[in-house]
Amino acid sequence: MEEPYSLEVDGSTIAGNAEPDTALLWLLREHGRTGTRYGCGAGLCGACTVWMDGVPTHSCDTPAWSATGRTITTVQGLAESGPHPVQRALIDHQAGQCGYCLSGIVMRAAALVDEYGSSLQEEQVREALEGHLCRCGAHPRMIAAILQAASEQS
Amino acid sequence: MTPSLQDNPLLSQWLEFHTDGTVTALTGKSELGQGVATALAQIVADELGIPLDRVRMQAPSTDRSPNEGFTAGSLSIQHSGTALQSAARAARHLLEEAARGRGVDPLETIGEVNLDVPVASVTVAADTTLPSRDIGRSVPRRDLDAKVLGEPAFIHDMRLPGMKFCRVIRPPYRGAHLVEVPDATGLPGDSTVIRDGSFLAVVASLERHAIAAHAMLVERCRWEGEAPELEDAHLTAFLLSAPTEDTVLVESEILEAPGSADALTFSAQYSRPFVAHASIGTACAIAQWTTDRLDVWSHTQGVYPLRKDIARALGVDIERVHVQHVEGSGCYGHNPADDVAYDAALVARHLPDVPIQVTWSREDELGWSPFGPAMCVTISATTDSAGTITSWRWDGYGNGHSSRPSTLPTPSLLAYASQADGQPIPPSQDPPLAAGQGTGRNALPAYDIPHVHAVAHRLTTMPMRASAMRSLGAYTNVFAIESHMDDMAHAHGIDPIDYRLRHLTDPRARRVIESVAELADWGVAVGDNSGRGIGFARYKNSGAWCAVIADIEAIDHIVVKHLWIAVDCGRVVNPDGVINQIEGGAIQAASWTLMEQVRFADGVVTSSDWETYPILRFPDVPPVATTIVSADDEPWLGSGEASSGPTAAALGNAVRAALGVRVRDLPLTAERIVVAMAE
Ligand code: FES
Ligand code: FES
Repeated sequence: MEEPYSLEVDGSTIAGNAEPDTALLWLLREHGRTGTRYGCGAGLCGACTVWMDGVPTHSCDTPAWSATGRTITTVQGLAESGPHPVQRALIDHQAGQCGYCLSGIVMRAAALVDEYGSSLQEEQVREALEGHLCRCGAHPRMIAAILQAASEQS
Repeated sequence: MTPSLQDNPLLSQWLEFHTDGTVTALTGKSELGQGVATALAQIVADELGIPLDRVRMQAPSTDRSPNEGFTAGSLSIQHSGTALQSAARAARHLLEEAARGRGVDPLETIGEVNLDVPVASVTVAADTTLPSRDIGRSVPRRDLDAKVLGEPAFIHDMRLPGMKFCRVIRPPYRGAHLVEVPDATGLPGDSTVIRDGSFLAVVASLERHAIAAHAMLVERCRWEGEAPELEDAHLTAFLLSAPTEDTVLVESEILEAPGSADALTFSAQYSRPFVAHASIGTACAIAQWTTDRLDVWSHTQGVYPLRKDIARALGVDIERVHVQHVEGSGCYGHNPADDVAYDAALVARHLPDVPIQVTWSREDELGWSPFGPAMCVTISATTDSAGTITSWRWDGYGNGHSSRPSTLPTPSLLAYASQADGQPIPPSQDPPLAAGQGTGRNALPAYDIPHVHAVAHRLTTMPMRASAMRSLGAYTNVFAIESHMDDMAHAHGIDPIDYRLRHLTDPRARRVIESVAELADWGVAVGDNSGRGIGFARYKNSGAWCAVIADIEAIDHIVVKHLWIAVDCGRVVNPDGVINQIEGGAIQAASWTLMEQVRFADGVVTSSDWETYPILRFPDVPPVATTIVSADDEPWLGSGEASSGPTAAALGNAVRAALGVRVRDLPLTAERIVVAMAE
């Protein structure tokens, strides 16, 4: 049975009717947040990562009911008041090829840089990104970009 | 003349000038994440002598673009780049002629100049080339910012008015036919079921409804049929016993050691399994039928060949089919981009006027895509007592490396094999030797060897669908050749790099090997359980030269500690773009080499998620140092596939150096290493 839902996404409210176990990913995409992407639907690739109350979360295996009452930020929301330092650094380093993996990686890395700032170490970046797959092999550039963004923080 | 200009001779097929001073460059080559659109724009800007931001790139479409076949074989810069260079040079000449003596900007004469002339008919003096401003510069990619910022960038993000979403229900195993039409009651929202023979799909206004309906329908279908018997465990025996069509690539009457008593023979067999494209985004397409036309939006590598196969499969006039390229997730060869485009076209035929977007599931992407063909290679070589190679025989076995649209006798689109009046996909072919071959790509060593004999044995049966994947047969062949070279060097007590250089007179080959040796400080001691190996090849024996050195450590699995790469791809349009392609190709090849293997039995691919088909992850990706060996006066060559084979070879040789064991069957997993040790 579909039920009404109402979610706080990127500073505004999205609402409608859906099965309560519908994955957050599809509701986001339905409401124009196509920057959040489908890769596997099983929590195994990281492409769909968003923030829930600031914590990186797979939107593909997060049911709508569990996102209710939480603050959701997508990659589009992150960039709303100007690009995040991680986004600027990724562009600086031309860190990507097809870029399909990037929005998930941006969300994970932005949280990491915000949390650790200039104390962030390479090993931490590699470990934190373990659940994010990139098939194009742009990993070394991404690591370099994230570390640069971190080093510019206080 | 580049084949692109032969097929599309008119200047107006390549360039469009606008009154606001901008220029649109047309190309048949797709942006696949490799940065080709940026590099082509650099070429056009340089030749026209205008700022880069005044060049707009038009994505390939059958309505407007030159027909350049496929975006494949690392040929986009050689073909499209050279054609655009000539066209821009010719256009500048015509405009300058028109403006001569009038004190006006040549671009202002655009209305007066006829561009419907063959590029080749415009004679441009050789000394009028402008100094390079953009070629050779690491210009940032045009498409990357949007992707980093999460803006709509992919076909998955495209929304057309009234568009509906679709999912396809694939058979549970290869060879299955749909015998019972599933009951459509109780499906969510406005879900509509479309059936054509054994092709079954569901369409809904909301994507989540299509997904939920798909899951319900999977449970309700009944299938029957006979699955092919092959399973991954018996792959090599199958490759060596299946019926083949043989092509002698080069012939030598001397096949064995030339008689002398102290000659040595080295014989070995190498293999690799089926490998998946495994893009992070899945295949996606949109199609819309209106009364007199079918529009298709696709991340295909070839808008024209796809158009032809769609028209053949649907039995409609080709002029009615219009294909437009839109970017998808990373493309490394013949992935399901064309298949999903046909899924969409087939469904859209049942729902006139409604744009239909089909997206594949992860399971189907890893399970139903064409795979990079499994291969088995045998090499038998002889040396004299000093180690000099005297003869070389290569035999390669496997499916052909291309079943791309429009290249086979009947359409090679997945759903065509399921639809009511369809036919199975024929076994894949290999391109001719002049076009780089497939099974036999890079089968001939780049070394100076007096007697070489090579025969490609292409399978004429195809239980698992196989087609082009980055570097085709070159990956396995270079792995085999370079493993063999190392073993021969070792047997003769000669350093592997010296051994290669002794057999190389080509100065550019020598230079990349010497450069990578210097970059990696070859000869430096490595730690316990660690090893260092080299791999080298000239891609297709006609493209870029590339040498790779790998450092590995063998713990409970192989850990790559570092990769060093030297590449010579002639004149470089965008150095950072080349490095990105070379690095990416090496990391992807490291992943294939260390861990990748499609698993299947009874017609079912069981490696259909990221746990059963693992790829290299962030913690295991090595640092990569790449140097471009400059050759600015030489013609430009592609770089996307040059590092794949050399990386595999360097890793295999590093494992041998670390553990003293030669692993000839890929991937280099702990399991395979243990088997090789026991032998
Ligand atoms: S789509 Fe969510 S983790 Fe892959
Ligand atoms: S850049 Fe293509 S998947 Fe990461």
